[in-house]
This record gives sequence, structure tokens and C-alpha cells, in this order.
Amino acid sequence: MLALNAVSKTYADGTHALASFGARVAAGEILALVGGSGCGKTTLLRLVAGLDQPSSGEILLDNSAIREPRADVGVIFQEPRLFPWLSVAENIAFGLSHLTPFAREGLVANALARVGLPEHGARWPRELSGGQQQRVAIARALVTRPKLLLMDEPFSALDATTRASLHGHLLSLWEESRPTVVMVTHDVEEAVTLADRILVMQPKPGRIFDEIINPMARPRDRMSPAFEAIKRDVLRSLDRSLQDGKPQEHATAENAGMWW
Amino acid sequence: MASVELARKPIGLDEPLPAPKSAGKRLALAGFVLPLMLALVWEASARSGLFNTRLMPPPSVIGATLWELARSGELVTHAWATLWRVGAGFGLGALTGTLLGALTGSLPVARRLLDPMLQALRSIPSIAWVPLFILWFGIFEASKVALIAVGVFFPVYLGVAAAILSIDRKIIEVGRVFRLSKLQMVRRVLLPAILPDWITALRSGLGLGFMFVVAAEIMGASEGLGYLLVDGQQLGRPDRIIAAIIAFAVLGKLADSVLVTLTQPILAWQDTARDKL
Repeated sequence: MLALNAVSKTYADGTHALASFGARVAAGEILALVGGSGCGKTTLLRLVAGLDQPSSGEILLDNSAIREPRADVGVIFQEPRLFPWLSVAENIAFGLSHLTPFAREGLVANALARVGLPEHGARWPRELSGGQQQRVAIARALVTRPKLLLMDEPFSALDATTRASLHGHLLSLWEESRPTVVMVTHDVEEAVTLADRILVMQPKPGRIFDEIINPMARPRDRMSPAFEAIKRDVLRSLDRSLQDGKPQEHATAENAGMWW
Repeated sequence: MASVELARKPIGLDEPLPAPKSAGKRLALAGFVLPLMLALVWEASARSGLFNTRLMPPPSVIGATLWELARSGELVTHAWATLWRVGAGFGLGALTGTLLGALTGSLPVARRLLDPMLQALRSIPSIAWVPLFILWFGIFEASKVALIAVGVFFPVYLGVAAAILSIDRKIIEVGRVFRLSKLQMVRRVLLPAILPDWITALRSGLGLGFMFVVAAEIMGASEGLGYLLVDGQQLGRPDRIIAAIIAFAVLGKLADSVLVTLTQPILAWQDTARDKL
């Protein structure tokens, strides 16, 4: 389980990015963070990834504090961030250098197949389209079988068709080991498609405004009334978060109770 | 019908990119056209008496001198001496430039300590080092190699330091996510990331090495293309001077081409516009 206990972040220039953020994410749960620009979503993700340190509070993964990047935490960034000097297969194998070449090859081949690029292992990243590169980034993050996967708007630069296809590839890989996922997105439909729970955040300083639970079973029908209803709830909450600035009564997941 | 098919096809980022086409190969010999035309105009002007051929001999005379130098073995001896000096100076200058560039590029303390002094040394004219190097290393090879190494050092140092400082923070972050140690970060991320800039810096350094070898050989040598220049001046033989200059140009170009050819395979991953321009 991932636990964020009263996490705050104030940058050196005085920007108060996050204020006493508290949440629990169950093992295997997919949590989406949505909210307007500057509400601290990416800051939060960087803190959980161990790339930055919180000003106060603590972040625990299975009761062990995250203070720096860890082997059991994978990250998918907004851009693919592939190493251009490595082939597609070498990029996926980047975090597997501790394994034997034979074991590495097997895992990479499986990951390539799962993201629909079985014939692309020997290619350079420059030879792939944006969507294909992001699929490689997903495979690279998941091939190490992390307990926790963090995603910072990983599909935002892609067109709708590619995005929908990548959701499928992501869920297919997620099914293999069911890591806990925390994702940041601006796309409400994406949040409802993928997440079990959606936290709506509010800016200045970043904090939880609302929590919406998505009980729909996967795969989710985007045209179904249930999907539309949850999407409407999230949109309404987002609107309110940008208008009145007052957090809801159950402003933290902790206050909302252990829903799972 | 075709237009309907095109319209239906989703225009997405998931489309694979077309393979780059090469137009450069067709133009491989184009570089010879301009020098040949200039030589023809020069020859025609000399034969029509437009200028004094005693001071400015025509290409046919220079060609004959080059042939004579080659036939007697003098050209190979002088070219080899020059190449050896450039090679040794380049190796020394490139190695120290790379190491110090990597040090000041990646360590702020080293940058604050070393960079101001190295930048000041960079502005010293090459010829100013000559008397000091002769005093320190003597009149023979060591002083010449040292002078060439100084010429090579600065472009390599600057290129490596600047390349490290301009590496994309996002790429470094990926290395951090995979918990690379400092040494692993250098080996697996920093060095490959700066490879194209490093090779450009090496090419600049090699070019300067050929410039500095002239100064080195003029300051006192019994062989080398620079010696051939001085020899031509003392004998009143402008054809030998121009022949030596042409030999310098050809050697420099060949050395650069060898460097480019050797490094091309390790830059095959680059997504450049070279093949499209």
C-alpha cells in the first residue's frame, strides 16, 4: 500500500505547491489525479517517485519510506524519454542489467509483444512514431515489475485513436502483475477509463478537493450510461474546484474512509 | 476513391515514419568541381600573362613540383613527420581536453576552480607558447607535440564541458529513476548523450592541430610540411610553398574524413536532417 501522510512541498522560490496532502492507495489500485494547472499533481508524482523531497510529511510504500528513486517504483513520463542511442530492445532492458542476457531477452521479447511491437526491437527510437515510442516507455517501466507505477500525463501528446489503443496496451501489461498505479491526467475520459478512484485536486496550494470512486468493471464501455455518469461527476467536481476554492468536507482520502 | 481512402485513414502519431532518403551520395564528387575550375582559370590566366608566374606559379608547375617531391620520396617523409606530430599532439590534447571538460562539466566545484583559468589560457596566442615550450621541452619533437596538444585541447575541452552542461535534464532523470550510480550515469547516460558534440569538438581540435603544426614546424624542424614551407621561402621557390600548402589541405581533409568515417557507425542512432537537406 502507498501512504501519503500530510505531505507538503514548498519550493526554494516560496511557491507552496502542496499542502498537507494525505491519501492511501491500495495495492493493485489505479488512482487518477485530475485538476487544473498548477494544482501540484506533477509535484506530488515527483515526490512519490523520489525525484524530489517533501518539505514535510512522509511517503510510505509498504511501510517503507520513499526518499529517493527505488527499484520497485516505475515512472512513465509525459514524453517517452527513450535513450536515442539505444535500440528499442536495449531501452526496454535498461533497468534489467542485473539479469543474465538470456533472462533479459525473454522479458524484453514478452514486453515488446505485449505492447504490439514484437518486430521493432532492433530499431532506433527515431524510427518509431510518437505512439510507438510511448508504448516502448510503458514497456520499459513495467518490464521490471514495479510494485508502484507512476504516470505523468503519459498519453497527453497523442491523438485520440492512439491514446485509446495505448490504454488497452497499458491495461494488458498491468494485468500481468497488477502494480499500484498513480496517474496524473488532464483527460477526464482517460481517468474514468483507467482509474478505480479519481482524486480532484485544487490549486494554490495543491490539495485534495474531491474523491470519486469508479466501481465499473473492466473493460469499460465509454458509451455506457454508467461511464457517462462518472465522467459528469468528475467534470462537475473539476468545475467546482476551479470556482469556489473551498475544499469538500471529505477533502482527503483518509477522511473519506477506507473505501476499499 | 483514393481521396476517400486517405480521408478515412486516421492521421495519428502512431504512423511509422518513412525511411530517410540519401541525396548526398549523388553529390559526392561535387566538392572537386570548384577547386578544378579555379585551377583551370588560374592556369589560363598564368599562360595568358595576366600575372608574374615567378611569384605565382601556375597549377601545372605546382603539380610538377608535387610529383617531383612525391617521386623523390620527400613528400612522404615530410607528410609522415607532420602526421606523426599532429597525431601525437591530437591524442594528448583530445585526451586531456575530454577529461578536464568532463570534470568541469559534471562537477560545479571543478568548474569554479578550473574553468576561469583555462578560459584565460585559451586567449593566449599560440605563438606565445613557442619560446616557453622550447625552454621547457627542447627544440626537438616534445615541444612541437606540446604546442599542437595545446591547440587541440581547448576546442575539445570547451565542446565536452558545454555538451555535458546542455544534456537534457529529463534524460538524466530517467537515469535517476533507474537508480544509476554516478559512474553508471557517466557511462550509460552522460557519455553517450554527448557523443555527437564530442565528435564535433574532436573535428575542431583536429583542424586546429593542423594549424598549430605549421607554427610548430616553422619554429625549427628538419622535416615536415611546415619545414617545406620555410625551405621554399628560403630557396625562393613559391611552387614548393604552394605545394606544401596543398599537401596540408589534402592531409587535413583526409584526416577529418578518417575521423568522420570511424565515428559514423557510433552515431547511427542520431535523428538528423543530414539526409534530408
